Amino acid sequence: MKLYIKYDINQACRVILQEQLEKFGIQYQLLDLGEIEFKEAIPEEIYSQLREALKKYGIEMLDNQKSQLIQKIKDTIVEMVYEKDKLPTSTISSYLSDKLNLSYGYISNIFSEHTYTSIENYIIMQKIERAKKLIIEDGLTLTEVSYKLNYSSVAHLSGQFKKTTGLTPSMFKRIVDKRRNMTKE
Amino acid sequence: MIKDKSPINIMLADDDEDDRNFFNDAIKELKINNNLTVFKNGRELMDYLEHPNTILPHILFLDLNMPSKNGNECLKEIRQNSKFKDISIAIYSTSSAEKDIEETFVGGANIYIKKPNDFTNLKKVLKEVVNINWQFHTSGLNKDTFFFSI
Repeated sequence: MKLYIKYDINQACRVILQEQLEKFGIQYQLLDLGEIEFKEAIPEEIYSQLREALKKYGIEMLDNQKSQLIQKIKDTIVEMVYEKDKLPTSTISSYLSDKLNLSYGYISNIFSEHTYTSIENYIIMQKIERAKKLIIEDGLTLTEVSYKLNYSSVAHLSGQFKKTTGLTPSMFKRIVDKRRNMTKE
Repeated sequence: MIKDKSPINIMLADDDEDDRNFFNDAIKELKINNNLTVFKNGRELMDYLEHPNTILPHILFLDLNMPSKNGNECLKEIRQNSKFKDISIAIYSTSSAEKDIEETFVGGANIYIKKPNDFTNLKKVLKEVVNINWQFHTSGLNKDTFFFSI
């Protein structure tokens, strides 16, 4: 029997956080966008236990300012690629620098210093990830995907797909379909 | 340059001693902080992976032609065990036929590497593979649709 579920990741995360923080007897307040405010100083030992406990749920505590900024840059890029129906028509550099209130030069340097990739490559990777989803989950054609992701042409999208994955979009789709058929059998 | 505290764990199973040494040398030259563990064949690898105390690798490089359990057999066994679902598997092959590439991905591999024929290329390929895998790992991307052929 197969059953479909619908879930709210945000809600799930908040509940997990609440349960864990209460388990450790920590006084806290949950703020928006993945921020937690602690009401009092937390002993190092409890802090690392909490870190371990949250790790199990795939929740990572970021305590270094730079890694927080990197995460914020990544989140902004993902939001830009996923949540807007269309990517911004202004340049990506001014979009990021406006959103984060920092110069693009600074953002771009700190990003490549800490992630082994550049912002430009990271955006391409996220766009191709979205293209993959649109192709297999929503069954869009390449023309539709290229329009949705603001590519100037289907050829440009195909080229970037091939460069990022080493596969053509149609081969990619064939592999996913074959894998799905295998698990059904 | 990079002060990342958590290293990337890499494993390699290859029966050819020269290839293992080249791989080791190439990995050493990567800027990314890493731990490499090397095996001479598939059986050694699988015994190690199945040991409960083993720290599982982020990425595993498998040579296809090995005595006592070849790369395809390892791939199959690993993909049948949900304990190993987070491991990215990179297959090393001498073929560049589209059919072989497709079959490998359908069988559960994430990365297909046409064996480079010189050290400079090997370094370049490994750098790209390790980096892209790192992006998938650190950005929580969907491993089920992670394919990279080089």
